[in-house]
Amino acid sequence: MNVVIAGAAETDEVGRLPQHSTLQLHLEAARNALADAGLTKDDVDGIATVGTPGPIQVAHALGMTPAWLDGTGVGGSSFLFHVRHAAAAIRAGLCHTVLITHGESGRSRVGAGRWGMGADSLLGQFELPYGVVGPPTSFTITALRYMKETGLTHEQLAEVAVAQRRWASRNPRAMFRDLITVEDVFASRLVAYPFHLLECCLVTDGGGALIVTSEERARRSPVYLLGSGESAESPIISQMEDFTTSKAFRLSGEAAFAEAKITHDDVDHLMIYDAFAHVPIYGLEDLGFVGRGEAGAFIAEGHTSPGGRLPLNTNGGGLSYTHTGMYGMFAIQESVRQLRGEAAAQVPGVELSVVLGNGGMFASAATLVLANRLP
Amino acid sequence: MKPAPKPTPETQPFWDGTAAGELRIQRCQSCERHYFYPRPSCPHCGSDQVEWVRASGRATLYSYVINHRPAPGFEDAGPYAIAVVELEEGVRMMTNIVGVENVPEKLPLDMELQVVFERRGDVSVPLFEPAGEPR
Ligand SMILES: [Zn+2]
Repeated sequence: MNVVIAGAAETDEVGRLPQHSTLQLHLEAARNALADAGLTKDDVDGIATVGTPGPIQVAHALGMTPAWLDGTGVGGSSFLFHVRHAAAAIRAGLCHTVLITHGESGRSRVGAGRWGMGADSLLGQFELPYGVVGPPTSFTITALRYMKETGLTHEQLAEVAVAQRRWASRNPRAMFRDLITVEDVFASRLVAYPFHLLECCLVTDGGGALIVTSEERARRSPVYLLGSGESAESPIISQMEDFTTSKAFRLSGEAAFAEAKITHDDVDHLMIYDAFAHVPIYGLEDLGFVGRGEAGAFIAEGHTSPGGRLPLNTNGGGLSYTHTGMYGMFAIQESVRQLRGEAAAQVPGVELSVVLGNGGMFASAATLVLANRLP
Repeated sequence: MKPAPKPTPETQPFWDGTAAGELRIQRCQSCERHYFYPRPSCPHCGSDQVEWVRASGRATLYSYVINHRPAPGFEDAGPYAIAVVELEEGVRMMTNIVGVENVPEKLPLDMELQVVFERRGDVSVPLFEPAGEPR
């Protein structure tokens, strides 16, 4: 059975939305995705969502009675997991059409869950005592080791932000659109050496939703799920096996490429979760697009920029487009737009797109291979 | 006040160790490998025949960031390194680097370190300083 993304939409706006509660963001995204799919809530019998408010509340608020629920919450990659799990459920006959929603008041914190971990948690005992202040001071901690072992330079790290801003400058919905240089990156505030502000993701409000179903039930030109993979590594970054490569990136990517039976040459477009500037570098290498230590030069040479041979993070990414806290939904949305030929910074001739999602600090990962035609 | 960890039953021996001025980690009696964080069975081979041992306290600097936006309790510290060190026994842990100015020039990766302990309320946390430097 061919499983497809039959509907995909974001909230009317992303960015700063203090008039929207977290639940509202979910519901607005859900309505937009249903309209996009040409379906109604009565066509939907499965729901997947993460965090506050969770699948029960979202389903109830929409007036849905689901036959299948998934509350997988493994950080910003969760929505890629949801797509994979929904496909499995649909193929198994557990449900027919799944609504996946995301909404997060990451910036305004309206109706949002509380942050924080107990002092007796793993994080509370073995990382928080050392003055960690969230992802900017922990997700980033692998970079110096990577730089020492591969020779990645500070300039090359900054070039990631520069390249993504080139895409964002073509996207009216991106929060930051002014072109920047390496010098601009260096001139921005040091958040956590070696990371400057422009090498760290945004914090925004917003949401998105997807409709996953069988090809037969889709009403509009479908986006096929050709393959997927998921994996996890360590719940705390200090226990990551090797700071220069993500095991979860590698394993989820290998699984997705194998199921889709594709090679790297088949890939027209790529989205890699970019919470910080080093993450696309790891992603390019761990997915096998370039060799070890080559990603920094690859990006700096413009291969991922507009006109390059491997367009990457074409919405501007978490660094320039939007980042609610769980960016994976927006990476999927941009892949769908590119495959439909509807993206703001449309790449000509995109037939196959790969999405790599990250959750936590290299804690979880999932990869999706999406296409607008069957192989 | 800097954040203080709260022990759980399986981590209590670690925190008893730091209170006594010792860095204690676990070692598997089946595959003879060390591991960290504290767990009731070996993550390498699955054996539950594990023991607590005293680590040498010697380590090298694996990676770090220098945080410019201090956490509560760290306001007076200035920009400070949040580091991951690799113990001589082969396991890694997060820590802070003390006894040296926390600037990139003074913190080359792989520099040799040794453990010291800092009291935080009821517990002591392991920190690391350059090895062989005067205190
Ligand atoms: Zn063992």
